[in-house]
Amino acid sequence: MNDAITRDTIVPDTTPRPDPRPDPRPDPIGNFLEQDYSAGFVTDIETDTVPKGLSEDVVRMISARKGEPPFLLEWRLAAYRNWLTMSSPQWAQVSFPEIDYQDIVYYSAPKSKKDGPQSLDDVDPELLRTFEKLGVPLHERARLAGVAVDAVFDSVSVGTTFKKELGEHGIIFCSFSEAVKDHPELIKKYLGTVVPPGDNYYAALNSAVFSDGSFVFIPKGVKCPMELSTYFRINARDTGQFERTLIIAEEGASVSYLEGCTAPMRDENQLHAAVVELIALDDAKIKYSTVQNWYPGDKDGKGGIYNFVTKRGDCRGARSHISWTQVETGSAITWKYPSVILRGDDSVGDFHSVALSNHRQQADTGTKMIHMGRNTRSTILSKGISAGRGSNTFRGLVRVGPKAEGARNYTQCDSLLIGDRCAAHTFPTVEVRNPSARVEHEATTSRIGEDQLFYAMQRGISAEDAVSMIVNGFCREVFKELPMEFAVEAQKLLGVSLEGSIG
Amino acid sequence: MSAIDIWVRDFHARAGQLPGAQLPWLAGLRQRAIERFADEGWPTRRRENWAHTSLAFMEGQTFDAPDTSADAASEVATEHPATTLARLRADNAEPGHWLVFVGGRHAPTLSAIGTLPAGATLSSLADALAQKADGTASAVEQAFGSSDDGDSPAALNAALAADGAYLRLARGVAVEEPIHLVFIADGTETTRHLRNLVIAEAGAQATLVEHYPDGGANTGENPGATLTTAVTRIEAGADARITHLKLQQEAEQAIHLATLDVRQGRGSVFASHSLSFGARLARNDIRTRFDGEGGEVLLNGLYHVDGRRHVDHHTLIDHATPRCSSREFYRGLIDGNARGVFAGRIVVAQDAQRSDAMQRCDNLLLSRQAEADARPELEIYADDVKCAHGATVGQIDDDSLFYLRSRGLDEVRARNLLTYAFAAEALARIELPALRRRARAALLARLPGADALSELLEEVL
Repeated sequence: MNDAITRDTIVPDTTPRPDPRPDPRPDPIGNFLEQDYSAGFVTDIETDTVPKGLSEDVVRMISARKGEPPFLLEWRLAAYRNWLTMSSPQWAQVSFPEIDYQDIVYYSAPKSKKDGPQSLDDVDPELLRTFEKLGVPLHERARLAGVAVDAVFDSVSVGTTFKKELGEHGIIFCSFSEAVKDHPELIKKYLGTVVPPGDNYYAALNSAVFSDGSFVFIPKGVKCPMELSTYFRINARDTGQFERTLIIAEEGASVSYLEGCTAPMRDENQLHAAVVELIALDDAKIKYSTVQNWYPGDKDGKGGIYNFVTKRGDCRGARSHISWTQVETGSAITWKYPSVILRGDDSVGDFHSVALSNHRQQADTGTKMIHMGRNTRSTILSKGISAGRGSNTFRGLVRVGPKAEGARNYTQCDSLLIGDRCAAHTFPTVEVRNPSARVEHEATTSRIGEDQLFYAMQRGISAEDAVSMIVNGFCREVFKELPMEFAVEAQKLLGVSLEGSIG
Repeated sequence: MSAIDIWVRDFHARAGQLPGAQLPWLAGLRQRAIERFADEGWPTRRRENWAHTSLAFMEGQTFDAPDTSADAASEVATEHPATTLARLRADNAEPGHWLVFVGGRHAPTLSAIGTLPAGATLSSLADALAQKADGTASAVEQAFGSSDDGDSPAALNAALAADGAYLRLARGVAVEEPIHLVFIADGTETTRHLRNLVIAEAGAQATLVEHYPDGGANTGENPGATLTTAVTRIEAGADARITHLKLQQEAEQAIHLATLDVRQGRGSVFASHSLSFGARLARNDIRTRFDGEGGEVLLNGLYHVDGRRHVDHHTLIDHATPRCSSREFYRGLIDGNARGVFAGRIVVAQDAQRSDAMQRCDNLLLSRQAEADARPELEIYADDVKCAHGATVGQIDDDSLFYLRSRGLDEVRARNLLTYAFAAEALARIELPALRRRARAALLARLPGADALSELLEEVL
């Protein structure tokens, strides 16, 4: 990764200003928390965009540019009309100025894409450099890392690696647009069956204007031989990103899917409203991991991404297993509840989450586990870290339906507070309608103990490293759920995001 | 005309006769309260804090007085209040100061306030509002609350509250024996709105019992619905020690909407025991706020519902100041098609450092159709805090059942014993033995196999 370019292009003046009243004591933790956002560069490439604003015409235009079949246009229009009747949710523990939905560009594509790159070699080299800066293992790097990547840049997918090798197993891994062209029957069959277009305000908006995303189909009995991965990036100004991911694992299939996100540093807020749908049939297993590092805004809360995402998995078949793992360190505001509907008997749902909010970030995140089948099991493990003036909320729902005989849930949800101006909230809801169910919820809130810090420091570990160690220890149970490369990245990211938070 | 309009009309018809009607501040407050109620209506699921309990049905609910024409059924239907009270007192021969209300109004002939220490005032709210001379009125004005407190049912209560208890304890005054407030339903008045005001100055001590006994009504063929709204406001001054025990055993057709609103001064200790066994729908809002450092609170609760009944406890502990500690324990037994709801919120304000909060809610589902909802919430804006909460929902543990059966207890008996044991933990936190006994009797009356259980317990205890 070329760090020099990264810094040159985006980082404004970073010369430290002299503190008028210097603190005689060193403030290692304080400094630690001040690190800059390293993915905040802008790439200069020509883009093909539709005018700002949202109307039926814009929806038609997006659909036309993508050459979609009529059923999808109708589907989009229905979602748009539905969205018009809805109002944005107010219940989350976040505050932000009203979003002007007419001030957003709903479609922005790198221009050279017009004729469609035939292979990675045709992709705009500027674009490839961007991904290189981000450390996306596209191209040759992908081969080395053994990861198949679908990279989504602003609104369109720019290239999917390893397509051929996956194709030999009958696995379809492509951009959503390609899937619409090549496999309309699968799209028609599964799209919107987990997150219906009218599910909530942001999901309805996404259904109307979604531009691209990833599509994964693992046929019966196939174990996907490699990790699949998508990298999302918002580049253009004033654009929103509305991607849609659909993953289907047929009977006995299994897949592990990774997702990473970044955006340039801009003073305005940008909207990201994605929808992810997972479908697991009998004995199928889907593992979905996210490392979310959208631009969080600066220290004073200026700019940053609004990350309003609907993610839901449907354990449709018996003995199916869906697992969500997320590390949320970016975004000015995160509003996201990856959920699992445990429909099939003996199905399993997991949610492992680390959410960090520093400076003025706000995160309202959690999960829903809806137990419908017999002997369904779910585990929720949530670690929230609040620092600076950040606010971190866990919001969860565990619902056991009357037919969910023998259902079992265990929820553990811990908050770590760093600094006396941050906030940590826990709002779990438990609804049980079956007496054979066993549901347990535990939550704790504490701060990094002075004695813990003292112990580490008297062993010669700097305060900075000590905090990093303690925080990593706090998150360990979640990190170990991540694929290896991601776990390393997540730990680093956490260190970077926390810099300057303890003093 | 919608039901809300009926309430408003009823208010205007009654306003002149309500106690304190001559007081301008109160008349204004009542007017604002009824306007707020008319504006907001009954809470529905969409309202914050009402997601699991909707009062939308109240729109169509009528509270007609039972037909008083002399048919035999209605005569059997109600027990005389005096009998109820005698039953209550004879059971336990409990000492204390008794303030009795029938149909929402003070019944002086049934009440028996013993000798109170100097500096302690105990009367009905109506009496307190009538005495303008000794500055009582201004104290009542301060303690009465405002039309904006709580949710719309609390506003309806503020508008229509006709009576309740008024207790004032001067600095350092301790009332040794419990003060019993008994609210007996009578067959003629189907709605009652009660407001209890407690002002405990620095260092004062008292134990308060708020009891809604089953008046033995409800034996008629078509027992009508009744509505009780109750608001109890307690101001505990610095270092005051106040215990509040509420025993709700209303009839099966009753709707019971109650609020307990507490303010705690520096170093004060407050305990609430909320035992909810009766009513078709019971909703309890319990709130306390630490206005000074070093306060302590215990919120202890136990509920049992069966049939198609519904019980909902919403608690809020506001750690507004540093170095306070709170302990909260709720246990629920849910049988039949019933639904038990618990939502407990703990807020730790910015700079309320060294707050220590612990909360638990455990539910036992006793039937296939029962439902338990729990929503424990932590909202924390300070970092040097110790906060934890836990919630469980489950059924009787098979291993425990097996253990008891291996000791020769039959399954039914073993099951009943385990159910009782689950609930008994909540009873054990009640300090006064006489009150604990009364609470236990109320619980046993609810549980299956109570006689056998009592025998068993006699042997053990």
